[in-house]
Amino acid sequence: MSQATLEIRRISGHAGSVPGAGLRREFEVCKLIDTTTCIGCKACEVACLEWNGLTFSETTFNNSYQTMPETQWNYWNLIKFNEHERDDGTLQLLMRKDQCMHCEEPGCLAACPADGAIVQYVNGIVDFQQDHCIGCGYCMTGCPFNIPKFSPTARKVFKCTLCVDRVTQGLEPACIKSCPTGCLHFGTKPEMKELAESRAAQLREESGFATAGVYDPAGIGGTHVIYVLHDATNPEAYGGLPNDPRIPWTVKLWKTPLKWIGNLAIVAGLVGVVGHYLRFGPKLPPEEEERP
Amino acid sequence: MTNGWIDIKNTDLMLIMGGNPAENHPCGFKWAIEAKRDRNAKLIVVDPRFTRTASTADLFLQIRAGTDIAFLGGLINYALENNRIAKEYLINYTNAPFLIQEGFKLPEDGLYSGFDEATKTYDKATWNYQPGGEVSGKVAEGDPLAAAAPPTLPPNVAYDLMLQHPRCVLQLLKKHYSRYTPEVVERITGIPRAQFLKAADLFTSVRKDGDLKKVATIIYAVGWTQHTFGTQIIRTAAMLQLLMGNIGRTGGGVNALRGHSNIQGATDMAGIFDNLPGYLKVPVPADSDLAAYLKRITPTSSKPGPWDSFNYWSNTPKFAVSFLKAMYGDAATKQNDFAFHYLPKIDRNYSWVEIWDNMYRGSIKGMLAFGMNGVMIGPDQQKNIDALKKADWLVVGEIYPDETSEFWRAPGITADEMKKINTTVYRLPCAGFAEKDGSMTNSARWLQWKNAAVPPPGEARLDQDIVAQIFLRVRDLYRKEGGKFPDPILNLTWPYIDPEHPALSDLAKEINGKAVADITDPATKQTIRAGQQLPGFAFLRDDGSTSCGNWIYSGCWTEAGPQLARRGTEDPSGLGIYPNWAWSWPANRRVLYNRASCDPAGKPWDPDRRQIWWDEDSHKWIGNDVPDFKPDSNPKDHMGPFIMNPEGVGRIFGPLAAFADGPFPEYYEPIESPIANPLHPNQSSNPVVKKFNTPMDKYGTIEQGFTVVCTTYRLTEHYHYWTKNNPMNVQLIPEPFIEIPVELADEMGIRGAQKIKVTSARGTYIAKAFVTHRIKPMTIDGKKVYQIGLPIHQGFRGIQEDAEKDARTPANLLTPTVYDPNAYTPEFKGFLVKVEKA
Amino acid sequence: MELSRRTFLKSTLVGGVGVSVLGFDLTPVYAQTQTLKISRASETRSTCPYCSVSCGVIIYTLGDKAKNAIPQVVHVEGDPDHPINRGTLCPKGSSLEQDILNDRRLLKPQVRRPGATDWEDISWEQAYSEIAQRVKKTREDSFLEKDAQGKTVNRCEGIAFTGGCTDTNEFNYLVVKTMRSLGVCYLENQARV
Repeated sequence: MSQATLEIRRISGHAGSVPGAGLRREFEVCKLIDTTTCIGCKACEVACLEWNGLTFSETTFNNSYQTMPETQWNYWNLIKFNEHERDDGTLQLLMRKDQCMHCEEPGCLAACPADGAIVQYVNGIVDFQQDHCIGCGYCMTGCPFNIPKFSPTARKVFKCTLCVDRVTQGLEPACIKSCPTGCLHFGTKPEMKELAESRAAQLREESGFATAGVYDPAGIGGTHVIYVLHDATNPEAYGGLPNDPRIPWTVKLWKTPLKWIGNLAIVAGLVGVVGHYLRFGPKLPPEEEERP
Repeated sequence: MTNGWIDIKNTDLMLIMGGNPAENHPCGFKWAIEAKRDRNAKLIVVDPRFTRTASTADLFLQIRAGTDIAFLGGLINYALENNRIAKEYLINYTNAPFLIQEGFKLPEDGLYSGFDEATKTYDKATWNYQPGGEVSGKVAEGDPLAAAAPPTLPPNVAYDLMLQHPRCVLQLLKKHYSRYTPEVVERITGIPRAQFLKAADLFTSVRKDGDLKKVATIIYAVGWTQHTFGTQIIRTAAMLQLLMGNIGRTGGGVNALRGHSNIQGATDMAGIFDNLPGYLKVPVPADSDLAAYLKRITPTSSKPGPWDSFNYWSNTPKFAVSFLKAMYGDAATKQNDFAFHYLPKIDRNYSWVEIWDNMYRGSIKGMLAFGMNGVMIGPDQQKNIDALKKADWLVVGEIYPDETSEFWRAPGITADEMKKINTTVYRLPCAGFAEKDGSMTNSARWLQWKNAAVPPPGEARLDQDIVAQIFLRVRDLYRKEGGKFPDPILNLTWPYIDPEHPALSDLAKEINGKAVADITDPATKQTIRAGQQLPGFAFLRDDGSTSCGNWIYSGCWTEAGPQLARRGTEDPSGLGIYPNWAWSWPANRRVLYNRASCDPAGKPWDPDRRQIWWDEDSHKWIGNDVPDFKPDSNPKDHMGPFIMNPEGVGRIFGPLAAFADGPFPEYYEPIESPIANPLHPNQSSNPVVKKFNTPMDKYGTIEQGFTVVCTTYRLTEHYHYWTKNNPMNVQLIPEPFIEIPVELADEMGIRGAQKIKVTSARGTYIAKAFVTHRIKPMTIDGKKVYQIGLPIHQGFRGIQEDAEKDARTPANLLTPTVYDPNAYTPEFKGFLVKVEKA
Repeated sequence: MELSRRTFLKSTLVGGVGVSVLGFDLTPVYAQTQTLKISRASETRSTCPYCSVSCGVIIYTLGDKAKNAIPQVVHVEGDPDHPINRGTLCPKGSSLEQDILNDRRLLKPQVRRPGATDWEDISWEQAYSEIAQRVKKTREDSFLEKDAQGKTVNRCEGIAFTGGCTDTNEFNYLVVKTMRSLGVCYLENQARV
């Protein structure tokens, strides 16, 4: 991962498979967020803002410690707060870091019609390429977590990059580094999964949280950002974390016919190529090109 | 902190009270989380609000602000009743066996023996040990010496190792706190009995069956300090920890989390009126000469005859004379008492609240404020503003436009009124942290050197240059014109390579100290040549042959270089000691009183968490940490581990003048309180607390309609009055708010984010309501009481303030002008207000 | 905000499409990521000025400290070597870049004269000279050599010094030296409150 370039696994709006995929060994990265040790300090919010050089926007106090209601095109990392009263009458202040989940099967990428505007690297990071973004906002409808946000000034969509610039250079994302309590961890997916499961087991066995568990939703093939929750049966309590996130059916519906059309075009192209070959034979390079 | 930040990871149990480290010390709090994750350590949080620290707790209790002594006293009572105490530790390492004079009276009526109603002070003669040696098994006798005894500690104290004598400290302690039953705790604190018992059981569980292996830590901050009995809250915690045998041990201790980056250093360096550097006492008029001064401030040991006491403060003359040599160099000679009379003598309290009172009364004419926003800090901000109106001049060194330098245009002051304010204000642009080097001392007593990254912007200058320039020009005026007693000004040492711009490295070396003449250590035969840096305070002399700016910092910059800049990342013990990172005072010890981490024979109480131990082969104390002890004192000699006390042992009873308000902490109500003290309604608040009497000093009562308990605090998103200038932090919390219980909001018809008004006897604060479940209504002595809380961060200069996006009513408009009689810290927490719709 | 954050190798992508139908291509597709903004910046180790944990921070400045480069802060991050914070920072520490670069910083000495309704600029020279004279005058007016009982006290009652929370040990020592020598007793600090 120390090269300045990253290998791509999926490309948005792109007919056909991704060239070269699966030829190199590469591990998948993952961010682990342990909500049970999160203190809602927002260091990750500031670290994100600072590292990515994002502009400031005006906020107002709205009966919560939460900085703003949702992430914004220039605010990619937001702690969601919830005063949660449990059945036994005790209070919990639930705090969850909200940001792009870097889904294994990204709904944004599936929905995006612009060729190359969203890519998924082999390491799992889902990255927006604003050069190719046409600002249609379809990615926003494709995301089950309400993450990509449209910038009216740039007319493009933005979201957390998992600090791909840092990760490419062998550094952890800015939010991970800042986290004072270590409720954020970063590593390979299997390692993070193991760490999360062991923490959840500790919460169940030692801390009295019988329903503690790991959030790595299967409906989208798992995510490259996973959570440990005190109560895995109620992710909604954590600032509206969806119980069973899926790519919206609308996206599937319109993408499926399109794919068929695309595939038909590819087959037609193939037939054309074969036909051309049969008709004209192979195209030989000019003689002078053989020797430099 | 007796221990350190990283050491918290070694604990089995944490009691966090009077502090909110998850919000105010997040990166230190990681070690609490680490203890939970790696050791399954339990966390108890007791706070007036369900804070973000509470969100990680195993057990949270909501307490009425200011009632901590009742809660902790209840824990002491529970520990004694259930025999969950460290008996061996108690007998050998504390004054629990010591006998107290017959005339000493416990405060059943709210007063200890010796109270003088006219002066509101105590005659503390009876707050003392009895002389007489071992009395174990003997019947108590009348003490004929008691009346005649001078008010000094007896050299040969009477003691009972069986802890049975009715006048022994433990028995008095038992009697004193037997009144703090779970029922009384509930009446005062509002914590239901069952919850209190759950917490008491959990906290004392580390001493179940008398086993001393486990260890608990107590962590606090200014939630304990900022009361008219703040010192006594902290003392109750210290006593509890002695009782439990948790002091001096890995993962234990009483750990004060200082609020700012160099508050510890400022205290060590005596930026406060009553100390000189290294906790030497400031001279008083009765100190007619150096000998009288040294006699007064140098304690003599007071202990059971057969035991040993290091009494390290017996070295005080060496520290004091070396300090005078650092100050006045060649002008400090044996003949002139080392220029002792160059130092001013204090005859009263000159502390923070007194400064503003005296300025208000017109006796203080000029003030220099460097990085200190006194108007915002309060208490009773309006009094401070009105005080500055009466001053002739004010010099402010700051990096941002602050409220103190702009007191003359505070909200509400019209242009016409401004014209009548005759104070001249100089505002000098200073350097920010990234623009200067120097050292700061953290809560764990680590001195760390930092480097400058950029030059100060614009015409801003380094703070030390500014103070130096002002002083040098005053000195020039005295040289040219003469004046009153110019000697200390003219003779102050100024040995800096660039005298106009003293380098902080030069100053750091001066603080460490050097030999003035060749000296040889009698024990090691090591010779330090004149002019060389001293290796540590053990080399200091009282004959003028050494100079040292601050004895406890001696060792920070030796001939081997700047120890405080060390960056060694190795931690061989795995206990988080990091002996080669930076340098901690004293003598690079990381856990204070670490002798107490071992049993009397010198073996660690817990072999898995060894701080130091006695090594029979070398006949020395060795270990992972630097022993905070006489390194060759054989355990057989029974030297006490608390070497800074003349007793050598920890003080469960604080004798004589140790405390202004009693040898044991007693529960008193805050100055403004919703109930009369259930223990003694006729002596509700602390009897020795002074109230001020200018027209500005008002104190509210429930009869006046101030029925709600209010507390002030900081948020994790902001740093004091500083980050209101930083757009990143302003974005996180853009405006002030008032946290109020849902039930109170419902009662008053207040919705979340609606503007409300909080009024105290002194002022009004306007902000949006934060209607929350995290503060519940409480039942106090049978009455329903609401608590509210407000953060202190917003003022009348800042990004949002300048855009007039809030009401520009700082929190300290509300707070009262009263302070703790021991530490002189104002009562910022737990005062009375009323809440109204705005 | 910069919009063209990354260069995307469009030609490779488009060029690859034609043959992808054959199943695979031996030339994988890459995206170039933005280069690290601190990769060549200078590092200075410092200490966070806020709470008493005293986290180690690294201040990244533009330029390699060559003579002609004026350092400009580009980023502040936790020092991973620091045993206490191990690279982490809280929301205050994480925003230090904006504390250093802040456009609200005071840049010039100013004075507010008696009765004035605004600040006026003053030179350092003039400010020092006026302050020194005021300090001396107030000291002379309020200095007490002996108290009512005739005991030596040598104190100045008319001047107070209040020090801040981030003042270094060395600065505080300089304050003790100078202020105590002037006879100042009203010497207090954020440490008290």
